[in-house]
Formats: sequence, structure tokens, C-alpha cells
Amino acid sequence: MKSADTVTKKRRRITRYTLLKWAGYACAGLAIAALAGILLFVLIRGLPHLSFHFLFGKYSSANPSVSTALVGTLMLVFLALIIGGPIGIMAAVFLTEYAKKGKFVNIIRLAVETLAAIPSIVYGLFGMLVFGVLFGWGHSFMGAGLTLSIMILPVIIRSTEESLLAVPQSYREGAMALGAGRVRTIFRVVLPNAAGGIVSGLILAVGRIISESAALILTLGLVVRNMPTGFMSPGTSLALNVYFFGLVSPEAAAATSVVLVILVVGLNLLAMGLGRLLSKNKGSKKKRPARTIPMLKSGVEK
Amino acid sequence: MSEQPLINVANVNLFYSDFQALKDINLSIAENEITAFIGPSGCGKTTLLKCFNRMTDLVEGCKVNGTITIDGQDVFDKSVDVNLLRKDVGMVFQKPNPFPMSIYDNIAFGPRTHGIRKRKDLDPIVTQSLQRAGIWNEVKNNLFKSALSVSGGQQQRICIARALAVEPKILLMDEPTSALDPISTGVIEELCQELKEQFTIVIVTHNMQQAARISDKTAFFLLGEMLEFGETQKVFSKPENEKCERYITGKFG
Repeated sequence: MKSADTVTKKRRRITRYTLLKWAGYACAGLAIAALAGILLFVLIRGLPHLSFHFLFGKYSSANPSVSTALVGTLMLVFLALIIGGPIGIMAAVFLTEYAKKGKFVNIIRLAVETLAAIPSIVYGLFGMLVFGVLFGWGHSFMGAGLTLSIMILPVIIRSTEESLLAVPQSYREGAMALGAGRVRTIFRVVLPNAAGGIVSGLILAVGRIISESAALILTLGLVVRNMPTGFMSPGTSLALNVYFFGLVSPEAAAATSVVLVILVVGLNLLAMGLGRLLSKNKGSKKKRPARTIPMLKSGVEK
Repeated sequence: MSEQPLINVANVNLFYSDFQALKDINLSIAENEITAFIGPSGCGKTTLLKCFNRMTDLVEGCKVNGTITIDGQDVFDKSVDVNLLRKDVGMVFQKPNPFPMSIYDNIAFGPRTHGIRKRKDLDPIVTQSLQRAGIWNEVKNNLFKSALSVSGGQQQRICIARALAVEPKILLMDEPTSALDPISTGVIEELCQELKEQFTIVIVTHNMQQAARISDKTAFFLLGEMLEFGETQKVFSKPENEKCERYITGKFG
């Protein structure tokens, strides 16, 4: 009697386990299907419209191209990285290496978290009002780049902090015990060891810059037609072009999306690969030719 | 041997926030001797060791009073450049901690820190340091390989070589063999005997036999107090303090 009971119990357990397993597979499958679906849809709709002219040719209403957006995107990436990168990395260095644990650091952390949660259109509004109106720049790459550099700060600070914390404390102690000051310890020992994580963080930030559209509508304008003339001129970016083409020409929007998706997926893969490469090759980063030191005559020979 | 002791510790009390880790320590260490600090975990021996090169600065809420002089200079004096102090007082840690760079760069890190940058000046320092640490023959063909690619015992000797490369007067060793196998331990103990000719060594150890084998003087610590200090032979044969005797004979600790 009792044994029959346990057998049913066991059978029930197995059924439950099998159900759970298949439910898990189904959900995972759904997630992958969503990604594959988006990619396929974008590729099928967009690829036929990709051409050399579309990528690099001169823009006209009859023959649209994204050349202005390509240049614009590059300018935005450059500006946002060159401003946001150093500030973000230095902030993370301060938080992990200098600041004493306590209220102050917690407040900064909270501020950074909050920064990450603000909707991007609000950044756009802020950028427009401060850089556009208050500084009188109007729509400009400079204003948009500055806005984006604030947006990517949380990504950079968090990834840098994580990789700095992953550097063993014993390395810092070892360097300090040799008489290296804080600055030398940070620049020669800590940062090089965190480089993999920092670079991955920067690349993810680039992904964020490239995919941003809402904040740019308000700060960059939407000048699809003309090549930017400088950092103070208005312009467009790839993501903005998708928005613009979406209103007037769905085929061009799909083709732009292809470029955008390929860029972002490529960057993500690069971030992953680079992170792995840099953390694997620690200690033998630079390949030097084999070289031996001639034995010292005056040394303590054995 | 000079008349005056190289390291002189007078009335040192040390606090981690509210906890008193060292209680009124008085001790002097002569040049070219090996001094061993023994005692159960948490008794303050590593803390005292870290005072000598002010690694205690890195601990938040750590306060010291009393004086520690090295070569007549108070190490806690405001005018002391802590980086130069650490150049004079090298340290080897419990776990081997070579930087994840080549062996060469590991050894050259210290000299480069103190302004020696040219290859032709660095080469002899690297060679000599590795020779002194007794590991030259094992690594001379792999100087540009990662220091993490060699065994734990070799890594520890690389760390010793790294410490020697800045020409310290004193070498502090914080349980340098506790993470190593008996053979590597033996190699490092022999090394200590050789290094003693040129350096003053202070070693923290949990291994009674090790203290008895290699040290000239032994200090016994318990709960932040130094209960016994003297010639190693005497400390191990007839200690004055009863607790020390019980610890050495393995009755507690």
C-alpha cells in the first residue's frame, strides 16, 4: 500500500518536472524567436534597398541616403565618448579607490542609479533647454553630444566600478608596499587590470549612443538633407533617420534599421569578445621578442 | 652590527576604531637578524608588522600612539614620506601576489616607481634581485612570460625578488610560506638565512618549527600584548611566560 503511494508521488513529481522543463524551453524559445523575428523582418524588408548610394551617396528626396546620418552618428559617438568617457571612468576611480565608504558615496551611487532611470526624452528636454536655449546653441552636435555624454555616464561608471572592484586588493597592497603612491598604483596596476571591463563598458555605451533617438529629436534637430558643417551645426543620426523615414518612406526606414541593427549587434559582440580577450591575456598583453639578460659578473652569483 | 637597534618600538598602542589591537608594545630589533613573531591568530603580530611600513594607513579607523623608530627616524612622524619608508622597508605577503605582468616587469615595478626607467639600468637590477631570491636559474629563460604562469612557490620568490629590487634595509614577511608546500617552504627558509647577511628580516609565522629553525629572536604575542621576547633558543627551551610555554608546546592556540 505504502509503496504504491510513493510510486504515484514519484510519478507526479516527474510529470511536474517535465512540465516545468518544457515551459522553460518554451519561454527561452520565445525570447530567441522574438530576436530572430525582429532581425529577419528588418533584414528582409531592408536589405533589398541597401545600396552603395544609400549608404554613402548624396541625399535627395527621390534618392534618399544615410550618408549624413552616418557622419552624424560618428560625430555623436566621438563627442559623447570623449566627454563622458573620462568623466565616467574618473568618477568610478574616485568611488572605488578614494572615497571612504559612507553616506557621501551612497548618495553618489543613488544619483548614478537615478540618472540611468530617467527617460531619454527628459534628457532631450534638458539638453534642449540648457544647451539649445540657455547657451543659445540651437540644435547642434555639441549640445546633443553633451546630452548623450550625461546619458552614458551611468553605464560607464557602473561597468568601470565593477571591473575596478574585481581587481584583487592584494595587487594594490603589493604596489603600495613597494613605495608606489596611490596615483601610480591606480594607473600602473589597477586600471590596466580593469581595462577589459572598462573597454566593454565603453563599447556598450557606444551602442547606447547609436540607438538613442528621443533625446536627439530635441537637441540635434532633424536635418537629413545636409552634411554637418561642424560641431555647432544641426544634423541627424541613423536612429533619427529611422524615425524620419518611417514617416515618409518605409523602405528607407527598413534599410536604415539594417545598418543600425548590424552596428549594435556587432558592437555587443565586440564588447564581449574584447572583454574576454583582455581578461585572458593578462600579463602577456604585449608580445615581446624573447630576450635574455646577460649574466652579471658583479652580481651575487651562485 | 651597530650599537643602536635598527627598529625600536616604544609604548605602541594601536586601535582599530574601538578595538585595541596592540597594547603597550616595547621591542627592539637589531640589524641583520631574523626576528619571528609568533602567537595565535588575531593576536596583533601582523598588525605590528604592518606598522613598520605603515601599511596600517590603508585601514580605515586605525590609530596608533607611541613611537616606532627605524634608523632613528620616527615612522609615524608627519615629515616622513611614506613611499620612501616603504622603499626602505619591503614586504612579502601571505599569499603570493605577483602583478599580472611579465616576471621582468614585476621586478622592475619597484625601481621604475623610484625613477629608474632605462633598460640598461633595470636589467642588472632584475638579474641581481632574481639571483638573490634564488630563482634566477628557474626563470632566466622566461623573463617575459607572465609571472602568474609559474608555481606558487616560485611566485612567492618572485615577490621576494620584487621586494629586494628596491634595495630595502628591512624585509617584512607576513606568513610567507603558509600558502606553500613543504618543499617550497624549505627553499624560502634557506633563502631567509642567506638574505639575513644583507637584510634585517621580521617574519610572522604560525609554524613553530619554522620560527625555531630560522629566527634569531622570537616574540610571542597574545591578545595584543607581547608576553615574551628573547633569543629564539631560550624562548623555545625555557620560556619565562607560562602562556607562551603552553602555546609553544601546543597546549592551546
